[in-house]
Amino acid sequence: MKYVDTNQVQKNMNSRLLKNNVLKSVFFLATIFGLIVLAVLIIRVIMQGASWINMDFLTNKLSTSPDRAGIMGAILGTFWLMVVVIPVTLILGVGTAIYLELYARKGRFQSFVQTNIANLAGVPSIVYGILGMTIFVRALDFGNVVLAGGLTMSLLVLPIIIVAAQESIRAVPQHLSEASYGMGATKWQTVKNIILPAALPGILTGSILSLSRAIGETAPLVVIGIPALLIPFPGGIMDRFTVLPMQIYYWTIDSSLVEEYANLAAATIIVLLVLLFLLNATAIVIRNKFQKRY
Amino acid sequence: MATLTKPKVNIKNHANTEQKSITETAATTKQNMNKKIVYDTKDLNLWYGETHALKDINLSIYEKEVTAIIGPSGCGKSTYLKTLNRMVELVPSVKTSGVITYKDKSILDKSFKVEDLRTRVGMVFQKPNPFPKSIYDNIAYGPKIHGIRNKKILDEIVEKSLRGASIWDEVKDRLKENAYGLSGGQQQRICIARCLAIEPDVILMDEPTSALDPKSTLRVEELIQELKKDYSIVIVTHNMQQAARISDRTAFFLNGEVVEYDETDTIFTNPADSRTEDYISGRFG
Ligand SMILES: Nc1ncnc2c1ncn2[C@@H]1O[C@H](COP(=O)(O)OP(=O)(O)O)[C@@H](O)[C@H]1O
Ligand SMILES: [Mg+2]
Repeated sequence: MKYVDTNQVQKNMNSRLLKNNVLKSVFFLATIFGLIVLAVLIIRVIMQGASWINMDFLTNKLSTSPDRAGIMGAILGTFWLMVVVIPVTLILGVGTAIYLELYARKGRFQSFVQTNIANLAGVPSIVYGILGMTIFVRALDFGNVVLAGGLTMSLLVLPIIIVAAQESIRAVPQHLSEASYGMGATKWQTVKNIILPAALPGILTGSILSLSRAIGETAPLVVIGIPALLIPFPGGIMDRFTVLPMQIYYWTIDSSLVEEYANLAAATIIVLLVLLFLLNATAIVIRNKFQKRY
Repeated sequence: MATLTKPKVNIKNHANTEQKSITETAATTKQNMNKKIVYDTKDLNLWYGETHALKDINLSIYEKEVTAIIGPSGCGKSTYLKTLNRMVELVPSVKTSGVITYKDKSILDKSFKVEDLRTRVGMVFQKPNPFPKSIYDNIAYGPKIHGIRNKKILDEIVEKSLRGASIWDEVKDRLKENAYGLSGGQQQRICIARCLAIEPDVILMDEPTSALDPKSTLRVEELIQELKKDYSIVIVTHNMQQAARISDRTAFFLNGEVVEYDETDTIFTNPADSRTEDYISGRFG
């Protein structure tokens, strides 16, 4: 006697196949849903804003009059913010990652720090804003300038960069560092000549991705206090500033007063999206170019 | 040295070969008299955390000889080899007791500089592990980290080392190319050349041919025969034919202990311990 009854199998066959197809559709729709929402958003933004983008819009100073308003100030603000964020996060982030991965003894201290870095990555960005407000704007008395904003943003992305750098360092095969130690290299020589070059593409990719987070973030800057209508261009890190997403925010909330502000906001969103897209594309190019050759 | 050869007589249990073996031991001892010892290991014990990986190891390694270490996998061959250049300390849980002297200096002392030791003792690994750099930079790496900056001197070292590893002719026109473009066998000889570039006295090799095809294996074996003229070589191998072919002296490890250590001919034709005989005749491992 056979255990698998052919008749029974035949009877169930149709309902099994039906179930299979239904679920396939459900999963497909779930995927499509995200794509559709994204497409609607982008189309709406482009319809609203694309016609407003021109040279004047990109190079003009801010203005209350929609026809004359430009986002050069916000672009420069974002640029100066990066001037602070990039070196601070790279030095602190990569330094921390090197210490934790290569120097720290595996023990209580190391796992304590590790856990807290993971926790920090999950702290809401507004909390970083409050921290930055308290420390950089008030206690250190920088005021709401690029430096204060940049340091606050650095705190925000630091955990992400640390984790990304740690992962890249860990991915460097042990046999490479062993070969280096085996020839009498010191730890630092091995780190500098072997481990960092091999980990660099990963570190860069992670850094660029977290920088795009800093470029798009508003909440911490809202807390620090960014002027809604800042006319002069920032010329250095001790100047007051605004950034692209802040400008989007102010134009959006004021669009009930002046209708065209909504168009300006949409145009700025397009500029910001293009910028982020370029950054992410760079990250992907780096990752593919240097993909594991060992 | 006398203490080294004596226990072997004690542990032997082949009554019929005892007489012969004792005379042989005497002969060996006499022959060893004029051989210099590079490494002397006394009562070495090593633990990975709770795992007792090496137990009371006593072994002398002689200058300009090939010393083979054989034994089933997990018996501590790699661990012993890595103790000789203290690479084993990269594992944080490692603890050792006992003494290893390298040219009369006690190397397990914490005050002994590992960087110094590893400049005199090169290592070749199981899997060819060139750096993801050019062939030239691979070879120049060692001299550079030891402070040689002069381009002309580096060029000379690179050529000499590549010749020494008998791979110069194959790569002399592509020194700037990435070492990853080479075949596995060539990569392993690049690694040997890289090791020669620091001008060591001793070369430690951990199953250097286990990732290679038979032809490349043969080339590396020939190379080892060449290198023996200038270097003392310790080679771990799980291939007993290889040990028999290329080594002067063989140590048989089992469960972290040295069961038997003698001239290769003796180990393979007339082992004193039945476990050695079982192993080399393929009865286990
Ligand atoms: N990094 C390590 N941590 C803990 N135990 C290890 C480590 N490396 C090796 N061992 C243990 O030590 C013993 C000897 O290993 P090894 O020297 O690699 O053997 P072999 O090279 O002879 O195959 C084994 O029992 C192995 O499990
Ligand atoms: Mg091994």
